[in-house]
Amino acid sequence: MSTEDFENASVAPDGQPAEEQPVWRQEYPIDWSASEYVTRREFTRLLLVTSFAFVVGQAWIVLSSLAKKVSAAQPPRVEIATVDQVPVGGSLLFYYPTDNSPCLLVHLKIDQYVAFNQKCTHLSCPVLPEVDQGRFHCPCHEGEFDIQTGVPLAGPPRRRLPQVTLEFANGRIYATGIEEGVA
Amino acid sequence: MRRSPFSRSQRSTIVLGIMTLVLLLVILQLWLFTATMEAYLGGNDNIVVPGLVASLVCLLLNFGLFHYLRNLER
Repeated sequence: MSTEDFENASVAPDGQPAEEQPVWRQEYPIDWSASEYVTRREFTRLLLVTSFAFVVGQAWIVLSSLAKKVSAAQPPRVEIATVDQVPVGGSLLFYYPTDNSPCLLVHLKIDQYVAFNQKCTHLSCPVLPEVDQGRFHCPCHEGEFDIQTGVPLAGPPRRRLPQVTLEFANGRIYATGIEEGVA
Repeated sequence: MRRSPFSRSQRSTIVLGIMTLVLLLVILQLWLFTATMEAYLGGNDNIVVPGLVASLVCLLLNFGLFHYLRNLER
């Protein structure tokens, strides 16, 4: 049996070659080799769609980056507490810049306050301040962050906690912006 | 109708080669996407536009390869 005969083991009812058959018959062939070809081609088409989806994802990152820059252009200045409201070693939960962004104000020493976003940079569990040990602790996966800088010290987190910049005026503490950054 | 210059088994080999190239490019895009997302969530915005451009180039290459594949059947 020649190669040509082997490739055309099945003959269409009208006796015409495979290339001259209607599309539906070409797309659903009987012969194994033809079926394999169509399967590979269709898988390649699926990969093409996946490739397009990745480009859409990348475009989404660019758009959300631009949106973040626009919204961060004028960070709101929000009063979060008075200086005597939080004792040394204590902390206060507040929301900044939106109601969906829990943050922690921590009073480390006299006249030394820090504030960070409370979401762990690993999987967004709330971190807990442990001032005496100088760290934020994430109980979900034992992540740890430096309480003064927000830099990850241990566990799965690799990015530092976003820091809330603070301003003091007339015995009041104001949140004025968010500083994000890699460790 | 003009017949393809390649036999079916030859076309099967070609489609396998093209499929492998497209698969490699898609894996590269996956890596680009995760790296860009990681950098973006870490506050580094410098990489997002080059990441989009690189991914777009991969898509165009994939489209070109698939287009060549379609032409093989005509």
